[in-house]
Amino acid sequence: MSPLARRAGAAGQLLRRLTTGTATVFALLFAVVVAITVLNPSFAEPPSLMAFLRAAAPLVVLAIGQYMVIVSGEFDLSVGALVGAQVVVAARLIDGIESRTWPVIAIMLVLGVLVGVVNGLVTTLLRVPSFITTLGMQLVLFGAVRLWTGGAPTGALSDSFRQWGRLGIDMPVLRQLPYALLIALAIAALAAFLMRRPFGRTLIATGDNDTAAAYAGVRVWQVRTLAFVWSSVLATLAAVLIGGFAGVTAQVGQGLEFTAITAVVLGGVVLGGGRGTVTAAIAGALAYQAIQRLFTQLALPSTARPTLQGLIIIAAVAWAARGTSRATTSPPAGHEEDGATAGTSTPAAPSDMSPSTPTTDRLTAR
Amino acid sequence: MSSATHPGGLRDRLHLTPTTLIWLALLGTLVLGGVVVAADGNNLFAEANIVNLFSRTSVLGFIAIGQTLVILCRSLDLSVGYTAALASIVGATTMAGDPGRIVLGILAALLVSAVVGLANGLVVAKLNVNPFIATLGMGLIIKGYLDSRYAGPVGEVPPAFQDFGYTRVSLVPVATLVMLIVGGAVVLLLRRSRAGHAMYALGGNADAARLSGIRTDRTMVLAHVLCATTAGMAGLLLAARFSTGVGAQIYSAGYDLESIAAVVLGGTLLMGGRGGVSGTIAGVLILATLDAVFNLLEVDPFFRDVLRGVIIIGAVAIYARRQLDRASLRQRFTKLGAPRRPDAEVAS
Repeated sequence: MSPLARRAGAAGQLLRRLTTGTATVFALLFAVVVAITVLNPSFAEPPSLMAFLRAAAPLVVLAIGQYMVIVSGEFDLSVGALVGAQVVVAARLIDGIESRTWPVIAIMLVLGVLVGVVNGLVTTLLRVPSFITTLGMQLVLFGAVRLWTGGAPTGALSDSFRQWGRLGIDMPVLRQLPYALLIALAIAALAAFLMRRPFGRTLIATGDNDTAAAYAGVRVWQVRTLAFVWSSVLATLAAVLIGGFAGVTAQVGQGLEFTAITAVVLGGVVLGGGRGTVTAAIAGALAYQAIQRLFTQLALPSTARPTLQGLIIIAAVAWAARGTSRATTSPPAGHEEDGATAGTSTPAAPSDMSPSTPTTDRLTAR
Repeated sequence: MSSATHPGGLRDRLHLTPTTLIWLALLGTLVLGGVVVAADGNNLFAEANIVNLFSRTSVLGFIAIGQTLVILCRSLDLSVGYTAALASIVGATTMAGDPGRIVLGILAALLVSAVVGLANGLVVAKLNVNPFIATLGMGLIIKGYLDSRYAGPVGEVPPAFQDFGYTRVSLVPVATLVMLIVGGAVVLLLRRSRAGHAMYALGGNADAARLSGIRTDRTMVLAHVLCATTAGMAGLLLAARFSTGVGAQIYSAGYDLESIAAVVLGGTLLMGGRGGVSGTIAGVLILATLDAVFNLLEVDPFFRDVLRGVIIIGAVAIYARRQLDRASLRQRFTKLGAPRRPDAEVAS
């Protein structure tokens, strides 16, 4: 292969990288942010950007947790109900008393871990599909919390609890650096680090093919249970942020599970596991929030928003999935139209969604 | 995994297939529920309660029958609630209170539903969008349309069609009978027709199905069209009961997730390829029985949610032990290499 041809091949591959899978979401995020800025130049000013990021932080935190579960090949439909439950629990236990803030946050974290462990063990050891496990957990949490408070949420959050969601560090240019953003950044950094550690690699391997992972010595049930625990703990943190930002209502958290899954999938993470990066999932969450912001900017009636949102989601996922077939095994060598067999000479990154990547979907299915 | 070499035990000798098991579970629920209700000084099997139980099953029954088809194909449909809402509005506005337009209204509602299903199927099969996202997005699209176009109840259902919601033949409401007939038709489709067998093949292994010459895309689209159509029937039934077309009341009732729970409770594998409509109907009946029992015992509505969640998880857990261990994996073929007999025959 001549150097020129090789360079052309490399350029082609780069182009493919930029237009498939993970990169789509960054392009989408960029396009939406540009659109908002064109419509409203003040959006790009630091204070308003900070306000946007503060509002996006809970979804980012939720998306990171959901990413861990999805990449390991499962679903977590209980996060919305968990956020709602945690906010109501916090309000009832704190009851406006400052000194109770930290003990109650500790109790919430324990509750989060407990929910994650139950989700994980029921899914892995009892082999209930996670869709059903977490759907049941959603019903249980929803009912239990309302049973406990007698329907409507009672009590109040303390100021030191609410500060995490609404306040920040005052500074000159940004005016205020929100705590929520700092928390989200810290969790994002931790998650990106973890995904490069053996834990993350094992998680992806398990999602890709749990039988192969088990033969390679992975304790599949442990890894998946840990993913559920992460998801529930991060949902708890998101509950602290959301409770602080939006306050306590009976509806808090409703439908958040679908929002989180949508954000993760917008990031090119494949439902079914084994594909996608946590950075892309975070970008997905930001893109979702930016789309909402764009709708506000366009002064779209709130009733019409779901329609556009649905179209954008389907279009984005279809765009990311184009070229991949529903085939669960690789096509025979030499049968690819674009001669992309060059792809086999470079190891496929986990995020690579090229058709030459073999997946063994059926085995993951369990 | 190790169970592949597990010798045929008691279960094999008793021929306990998932379908038999779920009907036995229904029987158990009825007996247990009857005893508990009787201890409380009520009668679960009193005429009014039986009628109530049956009429509860019809709406969810329609939706769950369709949901079974898409889940068998290893897809799912989260837009069924929205489709039902759309169908109820299309039906009620087309009828506009005129008895002469009943048939037109029914046809219009079912046609619109089928188009929604067609769109779902095409997006899933041709654009390769994950069905979870495709149907979630479709639900949002319909929700936006309904919310911005119709704020409250619209249209009027003529009294003749309202009867569809309330008339009954002795103990069984007509709507439930229609649901059972549709269920029977789908059972025939699955067991006797080429398309039905293709659905099992597609859900079992899409590659093997395609390589065996099955038009997998077409099968997937058909399943989605049928699923949306049964959701449309549920919408029409709801329109008859409300005597008008309603949006938010239907789509926020949670039929999407509940129908999936009923299907899985009925023994259909969420991963496709195994199960059937008969189990789904038993699953719907179990959920309805639980509801009826909770109602008669006047259980706190929030505690009801907790119980439901625990029961759904518990039932599927009991079930997953049997199913995933054996039937769904290597046991499709016996040790000698002869194909295992299909469930339909074993069950009889």
